[in-house]
Amino acid sequence: MLYNFLTSYTMRRIGSAIITMMSASVIIFAFIHLIPGDPIYVMLGDGATPDQVKDMQIRLGLDKPVYIQYLLWLYQVLQGDLGTSLFFQIPVLSVIADGAETSLLLASITMVWVLLIGIPIGMLAATRQGTLTDQAASGLAMFFASVPTFWVGLYLILFFAAWLGWLPSSGYPSIFGDGGLANLRYLLLPSLALAAPNAALILRLTRASMLDVSRQDYVRTARAKGIRPWQVTVKHIFRNALLAVVAAFGFTLAALISEAVVTETVFALPGVGRLVVQSILRRDYPVIQGVILVTVILYLGINLLVDLINRYLDPRVELE
Amino acid sequence: MMETLASWLEPFQKRRLSLFGLCVLILVILSAAFAPFLSSFDPLAMDPINRLLSPTATHWFGTDHFGRDTFTRIVYGSRMALLIGTGVVGFALLTGVPIGVLSVLFPRVGNLMMRAVDLLMAFPAMLMALGLIVILGQGVTNAILALGVVYLTRTARLTYSVSLRLKAETFVEAGRSMGARTWWIASRHIVPNLVSPLLVQASFVFAFAQLGAASLDFLGLGAPPDIPSWGNMLAESRIYITRAPWLLFFPGMMIVLTAFSLNLVGDALRDRLDPRYRDEQLSKTGKP
Repeated sequence: MLYNFLTSYTMRRIGSAIITMMSASVIIFAFIHLIPGDPIYVMLGDGATPDQVKDMQIRLGLDKPVYIQYLLWLYQVLQGDLGTSLFFQIPVLSVIADGAETSLLLASITMVWVLLIGIPIGMLAATRQGTLTDQAASGLAMFFASVPTFWVGLYLILFFAAWLGWLPSSGYPSIFGDGGLANLRYLLLPSLALAAPNAALILRLTRASMLDVSRQDYVRTARAKGIRPWQVTVKHIFRNALLAVVAAFGFTLAALISEAVVTETVFALPGVGRLVVQSILRRDYPVIQGVILVTVILYLGINLLVDLINRYLDPRVELE
Repeated sequence: MMETLASWLEPFQKRRLSLFGLCVLILVILSAAFAPFLSSFDPLAMDPINRLLSPTATHWFGTDHFGRDTFTRIVYGSRMALLIGTGVVGFALLTGVPIGVLSVLFPRVGNLMMRAVDLLMAFPAMLMALGLIVILGQGVTNAILALGVVYLTRTARLTYSVSLRLKAETFVEAGRSMGARTWWIASRHIVPNLVSPLLVQASFVFAFAQLGAASLDFLGLGAPPDIPSWGNMLAESRIYITRAPWLLFFPGMMIVLTAFSLNLVGDALRDRLDPRYRDEQLSKTGKP
């Protein structure tokens, strides 16, 4: 019983996620050491005092072998200590936490757009394969998959903020402060810009996997039995086509994280993406390292969740 | 020879949009090659009196905040676009293909190599590119390297999965049972069969490289500002968007058109090369 549980798909998948995370942590640890220059000055900045240098030497264990340094670092990370920001002089984790609200809300609203636009239109295109509707939807999807998000963002600002004055052009005040939930309007344009290429990808994927499934024998059988066409589409085709879409959720998330870096910069949103860019320009290396670490944990965690959900939806799924 | 050419052009005849894409790409290549002949202006020459002009007969796409001719800069920008695209695709192929093929031929080391590739894929693309830029420093070569590493992983994965399937094919087994050496199997049986899927992949990577490089330029972490690239043009003009909206339109449209065309051509190539899609055509039209 216990043996069965320990070797179950869930446990093996969690195990593989932990191994990947641990290996990734080695790369993230190495990041600071790969930056040209003495790691102490990389961490402290050039204006460090001798006392600070001494403290940091002890903290990083620089006189000890590299694997001890790694273990020391890992120990601190596991306690939530990601170092101190050179620019803000406060813990890296709280700098990241400040940007988390904006970034998480932006990602969630974008995901809603992506699903609301991508899946229905993808279904429509698949059910009308080869017609003008399909060609228009597929053509537009490929066009939007080729559009840089920041370019769309700039023109959205021009039309809806500068010319029409309907929506704010930049910034985002917290929904927990003055203005409350109405502040979400600040995220409307950024989320639309960010959704454009990702909705296009989900649209293409939904269409392709619906067409794939519709060629299966059981769909023909269902049709032959005289089940209504819409029931075949929804119950037989769509439910199975959705598996591929759910599986691609993690992939979409990675694209979202990548493009959010640029989108947050265009709209001057106080999120984690803009924080990375600013930290690169400020040479605030501990923050860059911290953001990479937190993002990879989040990304691997969500991928794990997606795989487990997919396995639940389709028990045939196996580990590679 | 003519027959081969015709068979390659066939999918483009069926898909008018892909033919459009092919034409756009040829135009981009031509404008990169003949940039000095296409415009009488210098892409770097400043002319402060004529700054932020709207499109006219002399300045087709207007001028920027330094009075530089936008059309000329776009024409010269196509050189940068092609350089980045070829560089990224070249790097991804030169590293990804050997990793993929060797991993299949030498499974013991291969498993380890593919684990390393999977590990790199745990880092979202842009974040990895930015991290590499921090380590390597800014510049065109480093932007190519940073984006190249991102697509190395995708190329290695594709090569690995196709090679694995090929290795199980009867003709490879036959070669082995006749005593063929590993390098013979690799060069005669595996690599030639990788050309089709990699060609399709390359067109998509080329497209993504355009978007990635534009993002890096826009953030000020790509090509140095004095190089006329489409991403740099957008970055420099963004504060003038309300005063001169056309300034951002043309370079942005070039990025979109190039990436869009590459995707279209990639789709058409897949129709020609991937048997699954060929069969789809076959079942629809009923003739081979």
